[in-house]
Amino acid sequence: MTQPRVCVLRAPGTNCDSETAFAFERCGAIAERVHLFRLLENPAVLKDYQILCLPGGFSYGDDIGAGVIFSQKLGGPLVEPLREMLSRDTLLLGVCNGFQVLLKAGLLPGGTQNWPPSGARDVTLTWNENGKYTALWVRLKNTAPHNAFLKGIDEIDLPIAHAEGRLAVRDPGVLSAWQKQGNVALCYVPKAGANGVRPTEAKLEYPENPNGSFANIAALSDASGRVLGLMPHPERFIDATQHPRWTRLGLTGDGDGLKVFQNAVDYFK
Amino acid sequence: MNFRIHVRVMPRTGLLDPQGQAVEHALGALGFNEAGDVRVGRAIELHLAAPSRAEAEARTRQMCDKLLANPVTEDYLLQVEEG
Repeated sequence: MTQPRVCVLRAPGTNCDSETAFAFERCGAIAERVHLFRLLENPAVLKDYQILCLPGGFSYGDDIGAGVIFSQKLGGPLVEPLREMLSRDTLLLGVCNGFQVLLKAGLLPGGTQNWPPSGARDVTLTWNENGKYTALWVRLKNTAPHNAFLKGIDEIDLPIAHAEGRLAVRDPGVLSAWQKQGNVALCYVPKAGANGVRPTEAKLEYPENPNGSFANIAALSDASGRVLGLMPHPERFIDATQHPRWTRLGLTGDGDGLKVFQNAVDYFK
Repeated sequence: MNFRIHVRVMPRTGLLDPQGQAVEHALGALGFNEAGDVRVGRAIELHLAAPSRAEAEARTRQMCDKLLANPVTEDYLLQVEEG
């Protein structure tokens, strides 16, 4: 297969679906924006796709909590079609609100194994430490090179724009298990100092860790590396000129974020 | 039997409450410096038909555990009224 088909799943309040579909198409995929209601009417259409992407936005107005209502809709009649799709060699991406949905649906960090989970979640994305909607650029380190979306990426600049992006856990001891299983996918990192040496990589403060996330985590992967959820927006950096410092840094051509989508398309070559 | 349920969802004691902190700072900026330890949660009301008060409370607890409250960061209190 050379041209994968992408389902960009939107719900009421989603607002990043067009640019996300555009990013996939620019990398050679066939991307279709599909409304959740159409999918609920006919879940079998998932068989037509190799990539499922939940884009950013404010699904259902963030009622009760960001991504909560959308995540509930993925249960019920969509459980079996989703399980069937992900049992094939397919990819699943959640960006910002899409990450919140995947996490609250229980598809991350565990993937489709034992999904949907029977017990209470032990991880969530909740209000930023500063209590504010926060939009800025961050530096990220790839800590899950096995993830299909992150292949060949070491560090990357991306923008974030969210109010509920702080990863919080019930038990901090879960980190060692996540690290063993390759669940920690991207971490916020500080910029290098003048001597090229980074300060300590312990808990970072704002703005390097912009929301106060546990262990500076910005993205989670499942163990298979076929599912990724991230708070930053790769679809907002597909051209070098979208970077706020592109002239001073001398950036040209594609933006770093495009690599995430290119990796997904290339996975099927 | 019909019941009116009041659900009060609050950030778990001891955990960070950024919304509460933001509101506290805003109150201070308006001159209400006497306000402290502000916490922000939400209130949800619903009607429920159930065979008994205990059953109504049990069903509402299931709703809270599955949807109305975040099990990682929030606690909830229920008030059940007949009628």
